[in-house]
Amino acid sequence: MSARRPYMRPMNGWWRRDPFFVRYMVREATALVVALYAVVLLAGTLCLARGETSWNAWLALLRTPASILLHLLMLVAMIYHAYSWFEIMPKTLPVLFIGGRRVAGTTITRVGLIAAALATLVTLAVAWTLRP
Amino acid sequence: MVESVSALERIIEIEVLRYRPEQEAAPVAQSYRVPFTDDMSVLQGLQYIKDHLDGTLSFRWSCRMAICGSCGMMINGKPQLSCQTFLREFYPGKLRIEALAHFPIERDLVVGVDDFIDKLASAKPWLIPREPRSLEQGEYLQTPRQLEQYEQFSSCINCLLCYAACPQYGLDSKFTGPGVLALLHRYNADSRDHGREQRMPLVNSLEGVWNCTAVGYCSEVCPKGVDPANAVNQNKVNSARDYFLRFLRPRAEGK
Repeated sequence: MSARRPYMRPMNGWWRRDPFFVRYMVREATALVVALYAVVLLAGTLCLARGETSWNAWLALLRTPASILLHLLMLVAMIYHAYSWFEIMPKTLPVLFIGGRRVAGTTITRVGLIAAALATLVTLAVAWTLRP
Repeated sequence: MVESVSALERIIEIEVLRYRPEQEAAPVAQSYRVPFTDDMSVLQGLQYIKDHLDGTLSFRWSCRMAICGSCGMMINGKPQLSCQTFLREFYPGKLRIEALAHFPIERDLVVGVDDFIDKLASAKPWLIPREPRSLEQGEYLQTPRQLEQYEQFSSCINCLLCYAACPQYGLDSKFTGPGVLALLHRYNADSRDHGREQRMPLVNSLEGVWNCTAVGYCSEVCPKGVDPANAVNQNKVNSARDYFLRFLRPRAEGK
């Protein structure tokens, strides 16, 4: 008879065991905030389609203090999500070569972050120019 | 001189999670006070315990120089090779040592690795040439760029730290896991190899790459600079391509 009695340790609360896992869970959780903001924009588009009254009601809702606070929180979550997303990006890409040299992971992350920042600035500039 | 004498008198507390199946229903912590010098690894601390304090303590080790992959364990909660982690890093704090996470504990710091060994074979981790070659045909030629596609993945020493770092493996051990998938990629990415079609069913399967949620800790803990997270995620692209290309290019019969 075998004396073996392998012991399996439970996985309860695994994501609290290491700060690395906590950051991972925050990255995954902030993805929900990205989805939530898409819903806010979708609601705006639907209101626009329904006519001027609905559109103005949606705009008025956005101007309430609760909405502004929510948007600030969503902004913070979105920035963290973008950062963590580009941080993991080198892991998801095939090996890249430029001019015969392998592109470093940190370069990929940096290029991604700069591209995201530029896209944001361009969007803000366009919105500022087109404001009524 | 005075300094070296006082250095010898330093004593660090090492708490080991012990499990003796004939004696305990569940693992229990046991503390030891171990005198140490600056050049002593955690493994040497454990050897001191076994030689001088408690001969019943069980742990695996062999080479003492980070190449055999036997002495991986959780050191203060992080998967590390005990031979290349030093006691001085933790002093004056204490040290908590536990068997590698996500594996069944057989005894003290010894885990059962049968699951990993079975998975290793399933990845066919060897070169499968396109056709048999004779010695007269000479060696394979490879460019530096072709070498770079797989070289880092060939540094794996099967130490299992990446498995202890992977919560997806911990939650569901059916997942093939980072180490084996990195080795699988090491051969698929090798220009001399032609076994890709034989390995893709494992990549595509429910136990394959899609179980990975890109936590990325596997690459962080690897003592040999392998990037398993990259291997796994590159193969999500390959798996998706494989899925869509079958409509354009039907596979040969029986594959």
